[in-house]
Order: sequence, then structure tokens, then C-alpha cells
Amino acid sequence: MTEHYDVVIVGAGPAGLAAAEAALAHGARVAWLDAQATAGGQVWRRDVEHGWPPRAQRVIEYVTQHANATWMPQTQVVTAEASELLLQNESRAWRISYDALVLATGARELLLPFPGWTLPGVTGAGGLQALAKQGWPLAGRRVVIAGSGPLLLAVAATAKRHGAHVLGIYEQASAATVHNFAQKLWRWPGKALQAVSLRARLAGIPYRCGSIVTRALGDSTLQLIEVDGPRGVERFECDQLAVGYGLVPNVELAHALGCAMKYEGAHPCIEVDAMQCTSVPHIYAAGEVCGIGGHDCAWLEGRIAGLAATNASIGASLLRKQHHARTFAAALREYFALDPYIHDLSEPDTLICRCEDVPLRALEDYDDARNAKLATRCGMGACQGRVCGTALAELGRFPRSGLRPPLFPTRLATLGELHSSCSQGSIP
Amino acid sequence: MSTVRIEIDGETLDVPAGITVAAAIARVERPFRRSVKGHARAPFCGMGICFECRVRINGVAQQRACMIAVHEGMQVVTDD
Repeated sequence: MTEHYDVVIVGAGPAGLAAAEAALAHGARVAWLDAQATAGGQVWRRDVEHGWPPRAQRVIEYVTQHANATWMPQTQVVTAEASELLLQNESRAWRISYDALVLATGARELLLPFPGWTLPGVTGAGGLQALAKQGWPLAGRRVVIAGSGPLLLAVAATAKRHGAHVLGIYEQASAATVHNFAQKLWRWPGKALQAVSLRARLAGIPYRCGSIVTRALGDSTLQLIEVDGPRGVERFECDQLAVGYGLVPNVELAHALGCAMKYEGAHPCIEVDAMQCTSVPHIYAAGEVCGIGGHDCAWLEGRIAGLAATNASIGASLLRKQHHARTFAAALREYFALDPYIHDLSEPDTLICRCEDVPLRALEDYDDARNAKLATRCGMGACQGRVCGTALAELGRFPRSGLRPPLFPTRLATLGELHSSCSQGSIP
Repeated sequence: MSTVRIEIDGETLDVPAGITVAAAIARVERPFRRSVKGHARAPFCGMGICFECRVRINGVAQQRACMIAVHEGMQVVTDD
């Protein structure tokens, strides 16, 4: 049987939480779900030692304890049809329907290939932060953080808090660019304060600009890295390398629902109007999935979406704040644009598709994702091209294609559920 | 901090309650899985996207170790 809710919210990060809070305050019956076991999303991910950030904890408690809210943790959307989602958790599959749907599916990291990136000990930057918050042992380990953007500072702070010996932060943007960006921060006082506080916590940790990790080396685990920067090419030992080149919106569900997309660089994000409404009636989207904008943006847009989804009025000041938050996102994109050098780090034998072990060499003759996949299995593995497809799009090879249900690897029993409850069902 | 007792590749160990299976495996420095060509792999994205941390948990294969918290009596088998 299908469970029905006034508002269904996919994603329990800042955008989803703000949407849930707003919808609940206007009397809606709300279901909110997330693939993770605890609410907070990536940016407000609960730390097993230190809990949630105070701001996150307040809203998570409000939403979790609200009588009209149904929280569905560790739940993934398998596929979507007219006004219905098919869900799966550890033990069952079921359908829910809605009057309004809010997509707050957030973003994943932009993970780009370089020689050695598949070695154990190499992770994403946000990836290492997520692992550390969930108990990954870092005490006394030599950690290098690299890639681009202010996230690197937050990752370093988390690693340090968990006892890591952070050897350095390597930012690909030039020192002049980072300096110019810092000069503009006064326009967003909250961000400026955050930056100052992070820098204070990271005192003593080198922050090197114009520096790119070009290689990771080791027998069966990471031992050595190579960095190319203003001081030339250096090699040094470390135990853990965390590299992230920014974020990419998670648009797979929106794509399945037929929402119109726009592009930020090589990557699609959902197109929305001022009320966060997508091109599909009754489907709203908020936060990173509408373009990478950070958690302030996500919070404000989630609130707008939650209000719009319950037909509540939306104040002009809320819309103004959202617009201002988006200007910060635009500045980030401008100042932390990737050096083309990063697109060219892979060698012919560097694995591009980590699931199927497909090297760059095998992809040279293809100019579209489908043909490459048919001939080499690139993008055919468990991550469904989330890593390699996104990387190849960023590298300018070919756009990711072939998104189709199930949106995540799914149990056969779940597909049986889909079939048995469809009048003329078929797996597309 | 309270602990739970789990088994990884037949070895019994006590780990802090609430940590993920991925964190527990890292604490005993076990590998996670072998790629299709036999290379050792370990958690990469940390957030359930890349599927590099797949292990067998309580008999169910292909579980993402970074997405599941440890539970008393849990049996984990890595793919080494």
C-alpha cells in the first residue's frame, strides 16, 4: 500500500531540515528521508565524539520530535513515477505519494583522477571529514589536505580535532586569487567570521596556494605524495591524503522526475524559479542541488521551498537573503575556478573508472559516454558513473549520460515490489 | 564511551558504539575489498557514493561500510 503525505522531503541536510521545519509550522504532514543513518546531511554531519553543531541540533530535534513528521533514515529512493517514490531501506521496499515534493539531495564531491588516486589512504577531502566524524582513526596520522575551496579549511579543522598531524593544506588557486577572495569577504560577514575562526584553529598548519597534488605512491597503501607548486615539485611521506576539487549536485532523482536542468560548468543542476519550484508542478528543489551555494543558501532555499510547498506566504526579506547568499556562491565559483592543469594529471594507465578498473588509455577512442561504456564497461559499476562519469565530464571528455532507474544498486526483492504494484509496470 | 563487540574476518574486537563499520575496519588496519583486477581498495568518498568500501555484513554482501554503524554481535567479512 502507498503511504501518502502532504509534503515529502528527500535529503536531511540544511535544505531538507529548513523545508521540513517550515512545512511543519504550517500544519503539513511531512515525511523526510535520507540515505544516511542520522540527519544533518554532509555539512551538519553528526560527529560520534562531538555531536551535531548546535544550530543543527536545535532544528533536528524540532523536526524529529514533531508529531506530524515521519523520519525515514537509511532510506534510498530507488525510482520515481507520477507523484510516487519507491523507497528501500535495510529491510523493506515501499511506496510513498505526496501533494508536494522537495528535492534537497545536496551534493557530492568532485573527485578527479591522478596517478595513485585509487590507493587505500587516498580519500576525498569532504570524504575524510565524513569518515573522521564517524570514528575513522586519525590520531597521530600524517594527513595532507588538498584540492580547492574553503572546504579544505573545515576538513583540516576536523582532522586536527580528531588528533591528526596535518602536514599542510594545498590549494590549487593561486595566492593572489585567494588573497583577492579574502578581500571581498566583508560582503558576507558570517563567512568572514567563519574564515577567521577557522584560520585561528589551524594556526601552525601550512596553507600553500597554487599547489596541486600530482601523484600518490605506495605499494598497496599510500606512502608518498608528489606536490607541484611555486616551490617546484616536492615529494614527501604521509599516511592519509584527502583531495577534493569542489562539489557536484546530486541530480539523479530530479532527472528521473523530469525536472529541467541548467549547467554550472560541466555539471547539471536543477533549474528553479524564485519560489524554488522546478519545471515540474508540485516539485520543489533547494540547496546544493540547484547549484553549489553552501549551507546558508541551502538553509534559506529550504525554508522558501517548505513555505511554497504548503502554499504559505514568503516574505521579501527571505528572498533578498537568499539572493545575497547566491552571490557568495558565484564569487566562490569565480575565485576557485580549477586550473586546467588539474584536468591533465592522469597518465594512460591511470584508472578512470574505479568500479571496473578502466584506464584512461582504453577511453581515448570514444567521444560519448554510452559508446565508451558499451566497449570498456566504464561507468557500469556500482557507483553508476557518479565518480568516473562526473570526472570525465569535468575533464572535458564527454558528458555523463544514461541516467536511469534504479537510482542506486537495489535488491531484487525491491524490483519485485516495483513490478507487483505497477498495473502495467516495467523496469525502464 | 560505551563499546560494542563485533567480529571482523573472525577476529573479535571491542569498538566504540556509534562508529561505522568502515571506521572499525580501519582500526584493525584490514583491507576492505579487491577491485575487479585485484587491487586493494578502501573508503574513498566517505558518503555512500563511490562504493569502494563494500564488505559483507552479517552475511549480506556488497554493503557500504561507511553507511552502517556497528552493532553488538555484528559479523564483518572483508574481501581480501
